[in-house]
Amino acid sequence: MENIIAPENLVYQKPTLLNDVDMHYCPGCSHGVVHKLIAEVIEEMGITEKAIGISPVGCAVFAYKYIDIDWQEAAHGRAPAIASAIKRLWPDRLVFTYQGDGDLACIGTAETIHALNRGENIAIIFINNAIYGMTGGQMAPTTLMGMKTATCPYGRQADLHGYPLKITELAAQLEGTCYVTRQSVHSVAAIRKAKRAIRQAFENSVNRRGSSLVEIVSTCSSGWKKTPVEANKWMEEHMFDYYHVGDLKDTSKEAQ
Amino acid sequence: MKGNEAIAHAAIRCGCDGYFGYPITPQSEILETLAAEKPWETTGMVVLQAESEVASINMIYGGGGSGKRVMTSSSSPGVALMQEGLAYMAGAEIPGLIVNVQRGGPGLGTIQPSQGDYFQATRGGGNGDYYLIVLAPASVQEMADFVDLSFELAFKYRIPVMMLSDGVIGQVMEKVVLPPFKPRRTEEQIMAECPWASTGRKGMRPINVITSLELQPEAMEQHNLHLQEKYRTIRENEVRYEETMTEDAEYLIVAFGSAARIAQKAISDLRSQGVRIGLLRPITLWPFPTKRIQELSQQVKGILTFEINAGQMVEDVRLAVEGRTPVTQYGKMGGIVPTPDEVCQALRNDFDIK
Repeated sequence: MENIIAPENLVYQKPTLLNDVDMHYCPGCSHGVVHKLIAEVIEEMGITEKAIGISPVGCAVFAYKYIDIDWQEAAHGRAPAIASAIKRLWPDRLVFTYQGDGDLACIGTAETIHALNRGENIAIIFINNAIYGMTGGQMAPTTLMGMKTATCPYGRQADLHGYPLKITELAAQLEGTCYVTRQSVHSVAAIRKAKRAIRQAFENSVNRRGSSLVEIVSTCSSGWKKTPVEANKWMEEHMFDYYHVGDLKDTSKEAQ
Repeated sequence: MKGNEAIAHAAIRCGCDGYFGYPITPQSEILETLAAEKPWETTGMVVLQAESEVASINMIYGGGGSGKRVMTSSSSPGVALMQEGLAYMAGAEIPGLIVNVQRGGPGLGTIQPSQGDYFQATRGGGNGDYYLIVLAPASVQEMADFVDLSFELAFKYRIPVMMLSDGVIGQVMEKVVLPPFKPRRTEEQIMAECPWASTGRKGMRPINVITSLELQPEAMEQHNLHLQEKYRTIRENEVRYEETMTEDAEYLIVAFGSAARIAQKAISDLRSQGVRIGLLRPITLWPFPTKRIQELSQQVKGILTFEINAGQMVEDVRLAVEGRTPVTQYGKMGGIVPTPDEVCQALRNDFDIK
């Protein structure tokens, strides 16, 4: 055993950009995995000195405590506006936002759609867990029909609450977007695909090919009131039916 | 040229890195002039028409937070929309310039001039304990001169600066000497001037985070105390005002911006009629020239505060005077701009001057 533990035998390690601090995320939450992927991609691309992240209001509000790069903390929903300005003023930087569904698809819809439609050279990482996690499990714009939350305790109904918003499909229609994809991080295979998607989005930002949107269909075991294992299963059975995983648009290769 | 146009030209000349704004009357000439001048082809200044005032102010947050000299402009209802962003900028100590070319309110109000946003500008229109530095230009020349001054103050103190103008100064055409050309700062200069900015951690320096959030009450209290200390320093060092014929004055008018221009004519008329009157024009509305008004209140028999609103700055004048001499207020609302004669009459009525 002693002989095996040697640097040359190392096959996996925590990315150095992921800070050695306790995360506040709940067990089973997807945020931690996505944070790790972002840290890995920035490190592998060798652009730590050029990376500027915009964190949201929501569960990821403290993203800046976990990934060791420069950050700006946005007001609720305004991250794409902040990112737009930074990227225009610092065109050679990697500029990305990290937002949840309440932040991106509800209060920040205008900023999201217009930043994408202008073709801002930014990457948006969009965590969709169909619920407001930080405030304690209220209905989100992405909450599925019939799904119970603190503010639709009898289940989401169209006449009372309207319909779940597929904002990623909307984004794919916009001329300004070059790469729009929906991924998940519930299995090793899915994590590898999600990482490739984040890498492509970040390369698009650095190389100024237009706007990229990477949606990650995610779990919220606390908000959904399920164990982490149950939450993963529920996501596969219910979320993927409505939020189909895969690329919706990719013109970034043509733009190269 | 128009006051609004002067702001645009001054911005290009003083090394401004970016303008982000949304059209609204009576200040749209600022964005129009910048779009026509195409500074991105000359100085490299970014000009972007945003989707809303909410987006505009957050673009200023992002740009200022990354150390750039950035600005926006709007008029009263649009500036109301920006208050969230201003509070965040104040909390995160982000420099930036916001121009408010005021119109009458409340609500959608009117497109005609007003000074009805004095409270909003000087009290901090967003949430929490904060102030902006507020400059009140009274001429097209000052519209041009205050752009660079605003940026200097904004970066010196890491604070958002507001130019509180109005529809008169924005639309009036006057002769103006534009400021000399000053190049935009280089990346190295920005990093030297703003070691706190989130520009990417060059040289793997410790990370910079722009935020107004702190969940530990003790730490949040310390941050607030730091802000209050900064505001105290600004109060001590940055009060600006202009006096006209106050040396022997028995009566005083206090007026800012376009109202001060009208008051200027009123005091010269009153002087020619034998009334010993002077004018104090606050140039900074925050910090307010409290001390000077306090001194003058011991000299004069009465003070008329003249402002184009229902009476807002008069509260600051009364706080300075502390009852030592009578303080009255005259103003009009709804986009009506009073004449110098009306101001003279108001003074004669209030203080029983024959």
